[in-house]
Amino acid sequence: MAVLTPEAPPAPVRPAGPGRRNWGRAPKYVLAGVLVLVFLTPFYIMVRNALMTRPQVSSPDWSWLPDPLSWVNFHDLFADPSVPMGHALLNSLVIAVITAPVGTMFGSMAGYALARIDVPGRRAVFTYVLVTLMIPQSVTFVPTFVVVGAMGGVNTTWGIIAPNLFSAFTVILFRNFYLRFPAEIEEAGRLDGLGYLGVYRRLVLPNSGSMIASLGALMFIESWNSFLWPLVIGQDPSSWTAQIALSTFLTAQTINLPALFAGALVTIAPLVAMFLVAQRFIVRGIAASGLKE
Amino acid sequence: MKRRRRKVDWRAVGAFTVLTAPVVIGLGVFKYVAIAWSFLLSFNDARGTISLGHWIGFDNYAFLLGDSAFRDSLLVIALFTVFIVPVTFVASLALAVLVNAIRRGRAFFRTVFLIPGAVSYVVAALVWKMALFNGLPSGVANVIGGLFGADPVPWLSETSPPVYWVAVVTLRLWLQVGLYMILFLAGLQAISPSLYEAGELDGTTKWQAFRYITLPQLRNTSVAVLLLILIAAFQAFDEFYNLFGTGLSGTATAPVKPPLVYLYDSALGDQNYGVGSAGAFVLTLIIVVITLLQGKFVGFGKKD
Repeated sequence: MAVLTPEAPPAPVRPAGPGRRNWGRAPKYVLAGVLVLVFLTPFYIMVRNALMTRPQVSSPDWSWLPDPLSWVNFHDLFADPSVPMGHALLNSLVIAVITAPVGTMFGSMAGYALARIDVPGRRAVFTYVLVTLMIPQSVTFVPTFVVVGAMGGVNTTWGIIAPNLFSAFTVILFRNFYLRFPAEIEEAGRLDGLGYLGVYRRLVLPNSGSMIASLGALMFIESWNSFLWPLVIGQDPSSWTAQIALSTFLTAQTINLPALFAGALVTIAPLVAMFLVAQRFIVRGIAASGLKE
Repeated sequence: MKRRRRKVDWRAVGAFTVLTAPVVIGLGVFKYVAIAWSFLLSFNDARGTISLGHWIGFDNYAFLLGDSAFRDSLLVIALFTVFIVPVTFVASLALAVLVNAIRRGRAFFRTVFLIPGAVSYVVAALVWKMALFNGLPSGVANVIGGLFGADPVPWLSETSPPVYWVAVVTLRLWLQVGLYMILFLAGLQAISPSLYEAGELDGTTKWQAFRYITLPQLRNTSVAVLLLILIAAFQAFDEFYNLFGTGLSGTATAPVKPPLVYLYDSALGDQNYGVGSAGAFVLTLIIVVITLLQGKFVGFGKKD
């Protein structure tokens, strides 16, 4: 259990330590520059192929740039009736928009109670949550399918969402966060006559913004990118998510390759945008969750 | 953590119950009930049904262990783990050291290395399969190979030598290395600069400083990262499924099928939920044993 003790979030970028001067700067930057090219190549390929014509993309000759730019691929992507990409994107959005805030909220509530409300049986509840953490996540897809299937959740949006709303991991992270929470705030609230729930709702929650943002962002990413569970539970095209639609497109017999890459671009665009905007919180979330497991 | 006996505060109990109820009930239904039910199902002939009723004892387990496809899947995941764990570990540590040593534009480099973490395995598999390693002369890997005079390689179908591992490993590496780099960066920045100053006074070389200061200081982070990489490796599904396809009920042509793909095929493809459940428990057992073994060798949790 010791490993579950939180470390402080990563310190803000600190000036480089001593002993780094005598390398000479150039090799580092050259190496980092080369790596940047390597890491960005797949993105470049996505954009390039999404804008090529079908003959161009399957031509045996390499070409750097699409000529002419073929914007029709984005139209084709949404026009193929066998792969309802537009509907699938909408499904993904609905699922992530529900999963992230609700899941984070549940985690915060339970995490706060486990950290700050001392009642008999608290340890038992904590252990109950902790045990589920030790079960390998993805081997539970068969058991979860069995239960969600019995509840009539196959091919439904709630069937995709429900099991992911309850994350032991999120609870533990919030618990660690609230263990370090300044007690004065709560005491002040109690003196003002607030009950436990009032203190949580009026004082604790509004002061948990950064933690909620960081875990919420991580949950959103996880939900948006998840593949195995939506594949298992959503077999009908009407319940496909964007990842399932893309995968079906990818494994289909006849492939419109440029449209497929256009689909990839459309699917990653929201997350890349979010990464760039909310990077601070995402990095925090990764660092927090990583050190915990 | 010592607690005195005291009067039960019912208002506190009420608030505690309200706040923990969603998670307690949710985990109860989707984990505890699910796993218990599935465990029972693994002793049933549950073909095409998820209801209990036809007890067959250990037949599903016997079938599983007797199925060469299942044993192959274990071999696949073992091989994959052997490739992916050390490579990812070393690469992410090296990347973190590099980014940490960079003064100007560190945020830029960190962002670039991290951004693939926003991409799903499905999309990455698409790019890898259809563009980078598609085996055409215009595939990126072959274009680069061509610069060095190499002949085009059919990356994803060539099994001797098994070059398809290059595609499988690089895909995951690209997606994950930035995430682990963040963990190492956090660890690096928590090391007190005074340690390096002391080292400098003693005239340590760069390598010695890394070997005798950085590495030991990163010990906890390293153990955590190693464990995360290992767990993630066992859960490999998305990229194998999308790179190699999975025919349902034995029509698969995939050269590599890790256990989760096998489980998916038996539970969802063949609708044999008994075998699927048994497989889930065999895998769980294997993962638990390996985790414990790793703990023994790496000293997981030993630090305190």
